[in-house]
Amino acid sequence: MSAAPQDKPFVLAGRTYQSRLLVGTGKYRDLEETRVAIEASGAEIVTVAVRRTNIGQTAGEPNLLDVISPSRYTILPNTAGCYNAEEAVRTCRLARELLDGQQLIKLEVLADQKTLFPNVIETLKAAEVLVKDGFEVMVYTSDDPIIARQLAEIGCVAVMPLAGLIGTGLGICNPYNLRIILEESTVPVLVDAGVGTASDATIAMEMGCEAVLMNSAIAHAQHPVMMARAMRHAIEAGRLAWLAGRMPKKLYASASSPLDGLI
Amino acid sequence: MRILLNGEPYELNDGQSVADLLARLELTGRRVAVELNLDIVPRSQHASTFLAEGDRLEVVHAIGGG
Repeated sequence: MSAAPQDKPFVLAGRTYQSRLLVGTGKYRDLEETRVAIEASGAEIVTVAVRRTNIGQTAGEPNLLDVISPSRYTILPNTAGCYNAEEAVRTCRLARELLDGQQLIKLEVLADQKTLFPNVIETLKAAEVLVKDGFEVMVYTSDDPIIARQLAEIGCVAVMPLAGLIGTGLGICNPYNLRIILEESTVPVLVDAGVGTASDATIAMEMGCEAVLMNSAIAHAQHPVMMARAMRHAIEAGRLAWLAGRMPKKLYASASSPLDGLI
Repeated sequence: MRILLNGEPYELNDGQSVADLLARLELTGRRVAVELNLDIVPRSQHASTFLAEGDRLEVVHAIGGG
């Protein structure tokens, strides 16, 4: 029996993280639920969106980052709502200023309001500009292995193919493409979008993903805090199973109990 | 003078800095980022960056998102 393998640490842009679960902060009932769910998830990296302040309305109201503090979490600003490279780049520059010069960002450029499918052409354009400008780009993309490869070649620090469309909870819709991306990738691969329940996250980890990013799966569960806890276990279980090396699938049965000594 | 603030016309007195405007919006000390005519205005330059007629200003903050 060979010695059990040691896990390699989860390293993103030079920083090591203990948790392989990344969570979003959107779609919760309120800030308090957001805070409690994130804590239950054990996540260390948390995405946020960047939006105009409501002029005249927000005086006194706590800001998200008052409750989810940059001193406790790695805040990962996204470019959600951007439909072209220019908007995405502007948003990233604002985000960098917002977070005191932090270069780590999540790039997403969408094509379509109905599907929220990534516009991979604009994503590639934005990635190129952002990497040149010194950003550490974690990039949301489709499950197209060629695009994933190109994004890594441009210099993105992580490639994040969707499992399914944002907010659909459909789980991994094309495991074959994801497998190809995982086989080829020279940078960490994180599944982002489409996770619906714990088993989806576990499957992603069993396939060899470095980590999983999810938002709706937790926030839209009947009991978000409980689901956050489930996801924490799901990610750990999946990672351990991957490290442990699953048994091969077989066509025919192979008895688990010995034949000797049958009465 | 009139500027465009977060996409809407906004009136303010001449000679106002970004810091003055943020104070007027009750955003002093809050975590926001400012873009003026498509360029980022770093926090360290808020007090020394003065607004002019027709300026386009974006003031953003972080909110929940995936």
